[in-house]
Amino acid sequence: MNAPISAALAAKDFKSDTKPVWCPGCGDYGVLTSLARALADLGLRPEATAIISGIGCSSRIPAYTTCYGFHGVHGRALPVATGLKVSRPDLTVIAAGGDGDGYSIGGNHFLHACRRNVDLTYIVMDNHVYGMTKGQASPTTEPDWDNALMPGGSGLRPFQPLVIALASGANFVARAFSGDIIGTAAIIAQAIQAPGFSFVELLSPCVTFRPEQRAWKELVRPSPVPPTDDPARAARRIMTDDGFNIGVLYAGRRKPYQPEIGRARKPLADLARGFEL
Amino acid sequence: MTPEPAIASRADLLACAHAMEVEAAERYEEFAAQMRQHGNLEIAALFGKLAAIERKHAEALAADLKRGGHALGARPALAVPGQEGLETASGDALHYLMTPMHALAIALANEQRAFEFFADLAERPLPAELRRLASEFAAEERAHVALVREWLARLPKAAEDWDYDPDEPTMPD
Amino acid sequence: MAPAMTAARPATSSALSIAMTGSGGAGVMTAGSMLLEAAALAGCYGLMSRSSGPQIRGGEAAALLRLAAAPIESLGDRFDLLVSVDWLNLEHFAAELPLDRNSVIIGDPSQGEPPAAMLANGARRLALPMKELAKKIPGGRANMVALGYVASLIGLPEDATAEAVRRVLGAANDRVAASLASLAVGRQAAAEVESPVRLTPGTRSGRRWLLTGNEAAGYGALKGGVRFVAAYPITPATEMLEWMSPALVELGGVLVQAEDELASINMAIGASYGGTPSLTATSGPGLSLMTEALGLAVAAEVPIVVVDVMRCGPSTGIPTKSEQADLNVALYALHGDAPHVVVAPTSVADCLATTQWAVHLAEAMQVPAVVLSDQSLGQTRMVIDPPPVDDAIAGRMLAAVGDEAYRRYALTSSGVSPMAVPGMPDLMYTADGLEHSERGTPSSQARDHLAQLDKRRRKLDGVDAGARWAEIDGEGEIAVVTWGSCTGPAREAIARSRDDGLRVKLVSLRLLAPVQPHRLAAALDGVSRVLVVEQSHGGQFRRYLLAEHALEAEVRSLCHPGPLPLRPGEIHQELMRWSRQ
Repeated sequence: MNAPISAALAAKDFKSDTKPVWCPGCGDYGVLTSLARALADLGLRPEATAIISGIGCSSRIPAYTTCYGFHGVHGRALPVATGLKVSRPDLTVIAAGGDGDGYSIGGNHFLHACRRNVDLTYIVMDNHVYGMTKGQASPTTEPDWDNALMPGGSGLRPFQPLVIALASGANFVARAFSGDIIGTAAIIAQAIQAPGFSFVELLSPCVTFRPEQRAWKELVRPSPVPPTDDPARAARRIMTDDGFNIGVLYAGRRKPYQPEIGRARKPLADLARGFEL
Repeated sequence: MTPEPAIASRADLLACAHAMEVEAAERYEEFAAQMRQHGNLEIAALFGKLAAIERKHAEALAADLKRGGHALGARPALAVPGQEGLETASGDALHYLMTPMHALAIALANEQRAFEFFADLAERPLPAELRRLASEFAAEERAHVALVREWLARLPKAAEDWDYDPDEPTMPD
Repeated sequence: MAPAMTAARPATSSALSIAMTGSGGAGVMTAGSMLLEAAALAGCYGLMSRSSGPQIRGGEAAALLRLAAAPIESLGDRFDLLVSVDWLNLEHFAAELPLDRNSVIIGDPSQGEPPAAMLANGARRLALPMKELAKKIPGGRANMVALGYVASLIGLPEDATAEAVRRVLGAANDRVAASLASLAVGRQAAAEVESPVRLTPGTRSGRRWLLTGNEAAGYGALKGGVRFVAAYPITPATEMLEWMSPALVELGGVLVQAEDELASINMAIGASYGGTPSLTATSGPGLSLMTEALGLAVAAEVPIVVVDVMRCGPSTGIPTKSEQADLNVALYALHGDAPHVVVAPTSVADCLATTQWAVHLAEAMQVPAVVLSDQSLGQTRMVIDPPPVDDAIAGRMLAAVGDEAYRRYALTSSGVSPMAVPGMPDLMYTADGLEHSERGTPSSQARDHLAQLDKRRRKLDGVDAGARWAEIDGEGEIAVVTWGSCTGPAREAIARSRDDGLRVKLVSLRLLAPVQPHRLAAALDGVSRVLVVEQSHGGQFRRYLLAEHALEAEVRSLCHPGPLPLRPGEIHQELMRWSRQ
């Protein structure tokens, strides 16, 4: 997290002039507002914050903020964010994307980012669908959701990102809902402040391909138990919840991975000594 | 998570009301921008109008605060779950083909919530002066509710197929 | 198909080629390393490459050395000496160990007869009961006996050999004493034999380097300014990454191990976006995976260097053997029109300068640069003169803080637009793989696409490659046009041709992209015949030359795939044959 300085910015200072192309009604609008709020509340600066994304509707978010942004290729936000953070620990680095980008093509990077535990925040706007490509099943889609690519549904058990994150070593695991703007802002702020890899699974309805997700706002509830730092307890809770418990579910104490950089101990020419006869 | 409003003085109440109006205006302006971006200029104009109304309310409150020598609050320190500010809807009720009826339904819900907030505040154990002011605000919001209802009544009901778009969605990325 | 060898003649009169083979923990690689180091300490030049079976341990192994008084760049056409601790699976190496009647095979009688294939060319035999001799010494080993024998046979001084043993094992190693004793026993045995081969003594003293191409490339990258490396292990590039890892720490940099090549290339891009010159190294299969991200680096204009230590393909291919068949991937595998830099070092020593240059080019033009090294350069250990000091590091053109109307992708005349780096206030932008306007906003407009495509090409068209773009040597009406590890054998072949009265020009391209057709035309002015030499089955380099350059000369191709190298003799033979037509 970069050091807050006195001239506090408001949430709107973190939103750029670029008009989002998201469908009106999209949950990602709420996410953008929550993110802007969180950054403002933490006293962060746009020039010292970088938002890294892959491909998909949610991945459009960097340009809608006034921070530095990197809109990379499908599924690869986490490695880009990792390379950036490890080499520039002074920056606040946030990776963002959707469920297809993050859990399908990006699945391998997700596992290893949790293991590596670099001080990053990863926000996945999960709408249980590939929206940008017009409505295919994603890893979190229900097995019987009928769609054009896999009629009758994929038949596959949905991916369980929170459990996987926990088992792989993420230091902070939370679930949020895009309709709860203030609650989500608070969760995002906590995630940014938490050292190590912070993962926020953010339910964000797709109004165009999953209009039935409007019902989510009736289904979400604050998590009935407070966050735990015991991975086993967190795992049991997450494996038995119905996917709508909102809040910080796990906040661990793993030390983040951050090699010391920037200070040369030897002049470059010394490294050639090993070649000399 | 419902932080309780920290209202201890007239200035607090005015600031709270002011911040709510400002945020409502900003949110309507965002909705207007979304509608413009998606080609629904009629509703963009409507949200623009609603934003202007909220701005006027805000200006009045700001003037009040200034007269009393008080600072404006940055934003309201209160909310209910699912709502950013009491007069501010989350965007999930928007639709690129929405009709005036839908837009005003949103406005109605906002005003209703604001009315309930001030009405509730008026019943709290607060100094009499504050309760009186809260009642005044509640009355104003109720008047807004009536106005919006009236506006709604004059509107034609939305057609059955208001959200029908013969074109398939596109795939920009 | 290697041409039939004519009667042997030493490739260079003072060069000696020695192979040491054995299996099952015989330790021939170690012995070979010691022999090379001993020769170096004695003032000679030399190189060693390795060949092995598929087993991870205990399999058949061959250390292939070539030693000389003057610098040499590649293996020769044949071996003067073959020393075998045992004959197990030696026929595996038959094609790599050409022998003739002037060669000498040194074997242990207790191991039986060498494979028939090794004897077919009439090599002479010497017997050395190395196992038996080793048993007489507590902790004695046959490979050390063989080393002492060979070192003495070829005339290497005792102290140099002993010092080499100490250095390779590490002076504190408790095997040193037994090894030195074994060495002595071997030397004694050699004293009883009339030596068939002698190494002309070297006269070089003073600082020289002993290193592999992978190490040279790693050091060159650091010299170029690289301070972030993302790594995924792959044969034969892993050693470069392993050399760089602790070196980076000493310089305040960092190496991160990635979960796959998709991660490593994207990590490097992320670090470069943050302002740190970055690199990854891989081989063919990894480069294939990286092509999407390389395109992203082109589109978003993020500098990055990828070293491809080429091996035999396609697909998994032959991971431990060299080939020059990734040229197509490096040049053409990025989807869309994606101009970028491709360079190729011409020798082990050149891996240093060319990798450093690649960093320089990538940073200056904000573009990916692929360095096409190969297994034979990367994993060959060679004695070289220390490279000339070249500390030129191009800076990345950074945006000026305070530029109110900053446009990351501004259409400048050079095509290079100043880059803002996170941390700089007021210059925030979103880098994008999507086509974009000058400000970086995604755009599907025809004029933006054309403008940015022109910009990205203009950047490279303006490159001033200076004298580095190719190595050009000599004059002649015939020219050898080649690249990479074929340069050494070509140079040697040309020297032999000159001895035979034929003048041949050498042109070895270092800068493969952006192409330099005018410069090649100038280099080939007066040349009427071009022999294209490369180690590829499909002749990728020849196709590239014909497609991208207007060659007026008659063009012939001498190419074959790995695993066998292009040898000086076969190039020389082809040149002589063509010159007589």
